[in-house]
Amino acid sequence: MELIRPGTHFDFIGIKKITLIVSTVVILVCLGSILFHGGLKYGVDFAGGLLIQIKFSKPVSISEVRGALDVMGSKEAMVQAFGGENEFLIRIEKASEDLEEMSTKIQASLQSQFKDKPLEIRRAEVVGPKVGKDLKRKALWAVGLSLVAILIYVAIRFHEISYGLGGIISLFHDVIVVYGAISITGIEYSLNVMAVVLTIVGFSINDTIVIFDRVRENIKKMRKENLETIFNVSINETLGRTILTNGTVMVVVLVLFFFGGPVIHDFATALVVGMITGTYSTVYIASPVVLAWEKYVSKGRKRSR
Amino acid sequence: MLRSLKWRFILYAAITVFAILLLLPTVTSQLPLWFMKVIPTDKIHLGLDLQGGMHLILEVEAEKAIESYVERIKNNLKDDLRDRGIPAGKVEREKRDQIVLEISGEKGKWEKLLSERYSIMQELSSSEMGGGIWKVSLVLDSRQADHIKKNAIDQALETIRNRIDQFGVSEPEITLQGTDRILIQLPGIRDPQRAINLIGRTALLEFKLLDEEGDLEAALKGNIPEGDIILYQRSVDPKTGGVKKIPYLLKEKTLMTGEVLKDARVALDSQFHEPYVALEFDDVGAKLFEQITGANVKKRLAIILDDNVYSAPVIQERIAGGRAQITGRFDTKEASDLAIVLRAGALPAPVKIIEERTVGPSLGEDSIRKGIISTLISAAFIVLFMIFYYRLSGLIADVALILNVVLTLAALALFRATLTLPGIAGLVLSIGMAVDANVLIHERIKEELRLGKTIRSAIDQGYHRAFSAIIDSNLTTLIAGILLYQFGTGPVRGFAVTLSIGILANIFTAVYITRWIFDFWSLKMKVKTLSI
Repeated sequence: MELIRPGTHFDFIGIKKITLIVSTVVILVCLGSILFHGGLKYGVDFAGGLLIQIKFSKPVSISEVRGALDVMGSKEAMVQAFGGENEFLIRIEKASEDLEEMSTKIQASLQSQFKDKPLEIRRAEVVGPKVGKDLKRKALWAVGLSLVAILIYVAIRFHEISYGLGGIISLFHDVIVVYGAISITGIEYSLNVMAVVLTIVGFSINDTIVIFDRVRENIKKMRKENLETIFNVSINETLGRTILTNGTVMVVVLVLFFFGGPVIHDFATALVVGMITGTYSTVYIASPVVLAWEKYVSKGRKRSR
Repeated sequence: MLRSLKWRFILYAAITVFAILLLLPTVTSQLPLWFMKVIPTDKIHLGLDLQGGMHLILEVEAEKAIESYVERIKNNLKDDLRDRGIPAGKVEREKRDQIVLEISGEKGKWEKLLSERYSIMQELSSSEMGGGIWKVSLVLDSRQADHIKKNAIDQALETIRNRIDQFGVSEPEITLQGTDRILIQLPGIRDPQRAINLIGRTALLEFKLLDEEGDLEAALKGNIPEGDIILYQRSVDPKTGGVKKIPYLLKEKTLMTGEVLKDARVALDSQFHEPYVALEFDDVGAKLFEQITGANVKKRLAIILDDNVYSAPVIQERIAGGRAQITGRFDTKEASDLAIVLRAGALPAPVKIIEERTVGPSLGEDSIRKGIISTLISAAFIVLFMIFYYRLSGLIADVALILNVVLTLAALALFRATLTLPGIAGLVLSIGMAVDANVLIHERIKEELRLGKTIRSAIDQGYHRAFSAIIDSNLTTLIAGILLYQFGTGPVRGFAVTLSIGILANIFTAVYITRWIFDFWSLKMKVKTLSI
């Protein structure tokens, strides 16, 4: 079966000026959102704090839960509906030394206040401030190092620094867009989400490399054509694969989104965004970067590889 | 080619069979004994977020161990100075590890004492203050300090292990993390709060005398007599649940600690059938207790746990035989837990819980169910789609995908890696990526066929050209996966592990296994056209 008839030729690269504007706007919006919110909404994992997920066996409204917390004097607690029916998430983001006692107190108090509607503690997490800072640091290192490692790898495999640069810049773009998306949708930046960011890094470069690989091959074959045409042809030739792969992974991610449960839900949301931008950035960020570099920097150098 | 076809088949088949064998324990528990001895594995290890349980990280405040050590030296020094008749104005502990003295009298005498019996404290400074009084500052030798800290941590680890052993959790995991952190994993635990109480208590048992002459009222207002302290007894009224704090004026000096305990058991009071904790001292303790009780008949002796007075009974007579009781208004669980911590011993330094992640069992089950459903639905979709789009070749790709999952799970079982909820997501993702490799190969083969190449040649070229792209793209994701493993913890690590293993399995199945099937098909089956 053929999804894309062979010989189709969309002029992808042709509209790169428009997409450059679109991308710039998107990046500005994302950065803007992050700055506006004062940085990412660090979850309990990174900022330190406590988290309690409770489920009532009888109907309870969120205001009842809030009321109960007020009664015991816990002013900083945030409550949100989470997961199934009558299930709530109580969060306190605070860098404090006695989070553990707070958590115990809240659990005990809720148990006694709701004696007639027995509640179940589904999950409880306490992250002390030192641990939170530790994790934050590690997360930054992880993301930073992957970017560097990938830059080096791509530059080596493709022999030209321009490809490595193209890959890295497109990854930066993807990371910013994903962070922007979680900032805008208010998703908590937790360890799980960090895992997503790293996965996107892997996926996006995956995508970029497939195109670059084809370009590398076509350069040898199509010596007479200019680089822009070669890129266009390569993208078109791999279009079938791009759609198929990204399509299937997208379906898989959507399955996770709907069936994976609330914890996986946030995870999947970030993945969806990441996948879209990953594919987009290959064509409209990585490729233009390579083209621009070759045009302006390696002027007069023979493309004889 | 034909010969290598056979050998490759044998190799791949062997790997596949091995993988399936590794997975059998997970699927069924009814396996013959000899099997369990040959295949070195058990069920796939489930993360706490899937089985339910508690994950704790404790920080041992080893500095406090140094404090108490220096405190004890200070007390000994005070006694020694008094015994030898050396007048000392001030003997205080300063900061964590220093002792400051104002001492007079024959310089040679106290210098000799310090160097003979207190060489562990190094002289930091000494200056004459006039009038024959010297001010001397001593500091604990740093190597000794390090030694104490390390011992404290080791002992804390041991003590906590003891306590948890007695608590009765299946497969607990207690390990040292870094230099001063202890990681505890208690799978399947149903009463996390009780466990936290059990683990976190310092459980220092002390016996102190009451100061019966001192004025409690005045002391409460701030006038605490020299050498005394005030400690409280927490009394909970069983009817109202109200908590009262009763003050006691005590002589600060600790006469005996829980170090000399041989055993502690829960027993029932014969009169009221109320639980109490029966203590049994070892020989040293028994003698000491005899001395103390003998010297203080009719006086009150306070039994203190972690600076909380439990009771302060009157010593009726000298008690030989080394037994005592701790009574209080306990319920059986409290008494039992108290006995546990007393038996296991006090923690040498306080511990602080710096991270806790507890998942209740119902959430765990939910997560497993959802994880399995997601995996099955995704797998079903992909399998069907591949057949739909690539027809028979799609079926080949499907075989590779299924094998991919089997190999990944088998590797998890073999390496005793932990499967977490994000790990399941990682598995699902690697299935998606596996599709990519297969698609690349198939598209290439189609292209070559379109160019008019023969079937054999098309397959050859297809694999050859797709190979570099597959390797490059998978390796870069693998880099991300490895870094994620390095810098992540817990569930995130689970994700990194399944993703990375999935990628490696992917390269193997997509490139080598499917290649074999294609080879077999085109060579042995003598096809005219490729169903792709």
